[in-house]
Amino acid sequence: MTEHVATNETILVVGGGISGMTAALEAAETGKNVVLVEKNPALGGRTSQLYRYFPKLCHPTCGLEINLRRLKGNPRVRLLTMAEVTGIDGSTGNYTATIKVRPRYVNENCTACGECGRAVEMKVDDPFNYNLGQHKAAYLPNTMAYPQRYVLDPAIIGTADADRAKAACKYGAIDLDMQEETIQVKAGAVVWATGWQPYDAAKIQPYGYGRFKNVITSVEFERLADLQGPTGGKILRPGDGREAKNIAFIQCAGSRDENHLRHCSRICCMASLKQTHYVREKHPEDGKSTIYYIDIRAIDRFEDFYQKVQADPSVNFIKSKVAKITEDEHGNPVCHGVDTEGYKRYTTPHDLVVLAVGMEPSVKGINIPGHIVADSSGFIEADPANGAVFGAGCASNALDVNRAVQSATAAALRAIQVVNKVAKAEA
Amino acid sequence: MSANTAVAEKYRNNFLKEIEEQVEMGDWVKMCMQCGVCSGSCPTNFQSAWEHPPQELFMMIRAGKREEVLSSSSMWNCTSCYNCIVRCPRKLPITHIMHGIAEYAHRLGMAPKMQPTRFFSGLFWKNATHTGRVNELKLSMGLYFKDGFVQGVKNGMAMQSVALGLVKAKRLNVMELFGGHKCKDQKGIHAMLKKAYEIERSRKTAKMAG
Repeated sequence: MTEHVATNETILVVGGGISGMTAALEAAETGKNVVLVEKNPALGGRTSQLYRYFPKLCHPTCGLEINLRRLKGNPRVRLLTMAEVTGIDGSTGNYTATIKVRPRYVNENCTACGECGRAVEMKVDDPFNYNLGQHKAAYLPNTMAYPQRYVLDPAIIGTADADRAKAACKYGAIDLDMQEETIQVKAGAVVWATGWQPYDAAKIQPYGYGRFKNVITSVEFERLADLQGPTGGKILRPGDGREAKNIAFIQCAGSRDENHLRHCSRICCMASLKQTHYVREKHPEDGKSTIYYIDIRAIDRFEDFYQKVQADPSVNFIKSKVAKITEDEHGNPVCHGVDTEGYKRYTTPHDLVVLAVGMEPSVKGINIPGHIVADSSGFIEADPANGAVFGAGCASNALDVNRAVQSATAAALRAIQVVNKVAKAEA
Repeated sequence: MSANTAVAEKYRNNFLKEIEEQVEMGDWVKMCMQCGVCSGSCPTNFQSAWEHPPQELFMMIRAGKREEVLSSSSMWNCTSCYNCIVRCPRKLPITHIMHGIAEYAHRLGMAPKMQPTRFFSGLFWKNATHTGRVNELKLSMGLYFKDGFVQGVKNGMAMQSVALGLVKAKRLNVMELFGGHKCKDQKGIHAMLKKAYEIERSRKTAKMAG
């Protein structure tokens, strides 16, 4: 990576998920200089936390790998990981961003050999696995992490563990004196691609998330199904570690609800349809999925995907929004509600309930710079008042990977137009 | 009115329009998306005790089933627990709509005559407005004898121990059966209610006129 000085002709991309990576690469490949800022120690965002993605059910490795390859070969993208934009000043064609960079305690010498991880004893929660498991305090964020470099958790700094990690490293890669830095970056345009966060399921009180251990969210389910996840790809109930075979998926957990998220999060129906494949994959003989839904919204051109799942005898569809969940004496979550086809009450126990939680924009409540025009759900609008700050991916709307990439390319194009104008004026 | 709304208007059936115009909060009915959370959250067991849960009633209104809806006993079974309102993802005031439909059916004389809730509501209103005070003894006696003298005696016998307990605890005065306690200004109460009826009537006429 070549270090270059950011100018008014630079494009700042905030967020290094699939959208941010795409926007950065599209802009850089047209010859623009880009600064890509990522909050986590590795790129990939929520896409990298999926087990597989629809419609082809490939692993995210395959989609991200090509982007990482493009990134490695492109000197015009300057990547800052563990960095957060804390403020942006200025106007179109002339922004200054303040960026806080947290210490990684590991420098470029790291070869990801893993000696430090083996030397360290302390374990910390693993946010990559939505805290379903723990990892060593000297860790590689995930197997396909880019940059492929270890990270020391701040919790071990000043302990004997930190010294053990340093002693174990043969390459002099561990630097325990790294400090938090604040830097300023110039930019002509900003692509805001901070993505989404799963809606806090504990707020949906009748569903008992947080009270009942065997009620989990769809994003957690992805990690349980993943071979690299906390259970090695076995779908084990968090309550008792028993294998879950009879699994319920509850749609619109938070979405399309005036009490929670007003918007349809678009991806959740497809995500649950996809996750029924996981159940059948893990238990071809006796796996059973039940989808409770208001109406299935197989977005885009995915109606055929839905029809295939409908034809699967191991998947049962119940047209009803579950009213509440209780727990029986075996720790099984029990769904209560009324089937709107025939208006019959049901009380059905399952091994595990997966709440298809909605998307909340991560940008919600962040006012950078000054004021961002957002819709009633907090997604960034394409509004002239936003100047040259363009929303991309799930910061701009509830999108799947496919559409997020399209949105990011569009945002990159808008940003390119702005810096082209700046270049003309300066010439 | 745009061309689109004009076409939509053509397909809206008269009963939905009638409910929107005549029933308090009736204009919310079209907002229901049939998710079923209201019925699932209802503490009453509508399958054995009553026929149509709220979202089915809303669907029936939209399907134009006027007779079935207005003569139904379903909305009279609402206990006003407000679970449905709290959980409705579209924030429909379901409890209020239930009472609104019930009141409208009553106004039209289509409500089931001997439905206990409807019967009790009428009894309570008469009882309370007559003297300005509720005479609990007369009220419960009235309800016991709803289905005739024999059934009334049976009901009374069944509740005997409760009644004796209440008398012992001085919560029930047998003498209330003869006259009973009254409000000081009975005439004032009646005049006030008369005025209220007048205001309600003029409002309804104004609403009907447009």
